[in-house]
Amino acid sequence: MARGRGRLAPYLMILPSGLWMAVFFLIPMVLMVSLSLQTGNLIEGFRQTFHWQNYTDGLNTYGDKFVRSLWYGLLATVACIALAYPAAYWIAFRGGRHKSTYLFLLLLPYFVSFILRTVSWKLVLTDNGPILGPLRGSGILPKDFHILDTSVAVVSGLAYNFLPFMVLPIYVALERIDHRVVEAAYDLYASRLQAFTRVILPLSLPGVFAGVIMTFVPVSSDYVNAEVLGGPQNTMIGNVIQTEYFNNSAYPMASALSFSLMAILLVGIFAYARTLGTQDVLEAAGR
Amino acid sequence: MSSIDPAFLRGLTRPRLARSSYARRDVLRMMGAAGAGLALSACGVQGQGGKEKVSQSDVQKYWAGKTRNGRLNWANWPGYMQDDRETIKAFEKETGIRVTYKEVIQEMAPWFGKIQAPLAAGQSIGFDLMIMTNGIQLEQCRQLGYLAPLDLSKLRNFQANAGEAFKNPSYDPGNAHTIPYESGVTGIAYNTKYVKEEITSIAQLFDPKYKGKVGMLGDSQELGNFGMFLLGIDPEKSTKADWEKAAEKLREQRDKGIVRKYYSQDYVDAVSKGDVWLTMAWSGDVYSLTSPDVKFVVPKEGGTIWTDNLCIPKTAENPVDALTLMDWLYVPENNVPLTEFINYMPPIPSTQRLIAQKAEKATGSQKRDLTRLSTSPLIFPSESDLARLRHYRRLTQAEEPEYQKIFEPIAKGS
Repeated sequence: MARGRGRLAPYLMILPSGLWMAVFFLIPMVLMVSLSLQTGNLIEGFRQTFHWQNYTDGLNTYGDKFVRSLWYGLLATVACIALAYPAAYWIAFRGGRHKSTYLFLLLLPYFVSFILRTVSWKLVLTDNGPILGPLRGSGILPKDFHILDTSVAVVSGLAYNFLPFMVLPIYVALERIDHRVVEAAYDLYASRLQAFTRVILPLSLPGVFAGVIMTFVPVSSDYVNAEVLGGPQNTMIGNVIQTEYFNNSAYPMASALSFSLMAILLVGIFAYARTLGTQDVLEAAGR
Repeated sequence: MSSIDPAFLRGLTRPRLARSSYARRDVLRMMGAAGAGLALSACGVQGQGGKEKVSQSDVQKYWAGKTRNGRLNWANWPGYMQDDRETIKAFEKETGIRVTYKEVIQEMAPWFGKIQAPLAAGQSIGFDLMIMTNGIQLEQCRQLGYLAPLDLSKLRNFQANAGEAFKNPSYDPGNAHTIPYESGVTGIAYNTKYVKEEITSIAQLFDPKYKGKVGMLGDSQELGNFGMFLLGIDPEKSTKADWEKAAEKLREQRDKGIVRKYYSQDYVDAVSKGDVWLTMAWSGDVYSLTSPDVKFVVPKEGGTIWTDNLCIPKTAENPVDALTLMDWLYVPENNVPLTEFINYMPPIPSTQRLIAQKAEKATGSQKRDLTRLSTSPLIFPSESDLARLRHYRRLTQAEEPEYQKIFEPIAKGS
């Protein structure tokens, strides 16, 4: 009797989340896959015609937007690593007993709404605003110099908005490093640089790996930053999907684009995992 | 935290060794579920085409048993009501109907996207009264049967006071679903602090001299119209070939880097701050700008005249209250303060006389403002002005996706 229940227990434990995923993830996904192969319009309705052309049309029309999104995603992710690693390192190794306070301070701005933070950038970066106005007026910057509505603004906004997703996993990885291992490195006559590159960095890589996945994926599919901070040359694939779905009611095209993006990101992540030498992506992400 | 056995934590976070042997079976099971879902959804999404004509019995059927509830939710564009909500307060005082007023509409396409799903499902959108511009989305709402048929016998003030140009419009024959809130003109606004010449023509929006300093409107009908005006094409009589020619020009303008951004509402801010120097703009927005540097012109090639309409979503919870407000706004005296604030063309011609009378009695700056208003060709256009203005092209069901496919991607950079 007891053994029987014991065997059931794992299933019972997975049941709530399994059901949750089935209802709110699996079924919508299946519906969206189906929708991506339909044809029609809002007034006459959409019918399943297994119209694979939705995918080729989408990739042909918006191929450059896919490339741009991945490029922006890459730039923003690299910027995030550059900003997050030193900060996480400092907090983990030099933070002392105020570690959690520093971490909290770092996360504090993110309690403000995402949209509001992005819009406030617009006020700061406007051509005649508090930063660019004086710089342009005094001739330090050329007259037609501007940041708003350029890729610089969009990538910076992306890097800023997703920074916590990079800081936290790196911090956790660094924080878990046993200080005795580092001391051992010094005892074996390692220089500070050697101790970092041969001991600390390799041990923190799983954190960087998780951080990259947690930032690169949402950054590449983001549309708010491009909408608010970007111009017509900075449209990302997320903007296209949003417009197709919400403005044009072109549901099949929007779904096809979404799944194309998903496939590209999945392939990219698996390739990334392979080159990093990790056997199992999920395992690495969970570490 | 520290009291938890580390072994327990490890058990929670580490994968079970036997995990891989489940995996294949799980995948198979998932594929089975997916197959079932696919079969379910393969039948597709139902079409929702409603009826084009509204009969008297439809009207009676809709309004039967509907009563006044004493409350009302109104969705509008920003800047379409005094900041202190004077007009709403007057209405509340007179009728006892409490109005919840929200400025939630920024652009027609996203607004339609937002309300489409609940309306299709027959659910309330949370508003009893909304404003829709004549154009693609209003046409879709009509065809999909999303709008309540209006009971014109309850709109006596509208019947008595609306100008002839505002009755029975081509986009809504017989005012079956809508009555105008106000009309406006799409033209060019420019900041005289930066633009040192007079702006008279759409061609100036395409001048490489203003590289990176030009704003255009993102709405595909607004944008398309300006492309056509530039080429001397009358949008109302345009063909698909004309659209393609206009789109090519607009794309060229974008790719040369002349366009800084395609705007919805936020161009007002951009042009007064100087982020853009000249931009496509809506007349009333510029008229009510406090910045004296920004000027508005109807280009010599032509401008677009459009109408924002009051309409009731079919699923409204308080339609009688909404209808009451619609008719109340057509009492000329009630409309005057609104026109004074929003600075668009009121659908009631007699407001011009009322505002002129008010100007005679007023003094100082108020007199100046009221006189400017009552004599403004943008608010009360002359016949010759009206002749230069064009409507949006009315698109049939077959044309609409073609039109959208041509103009829509431009603002999105494709």
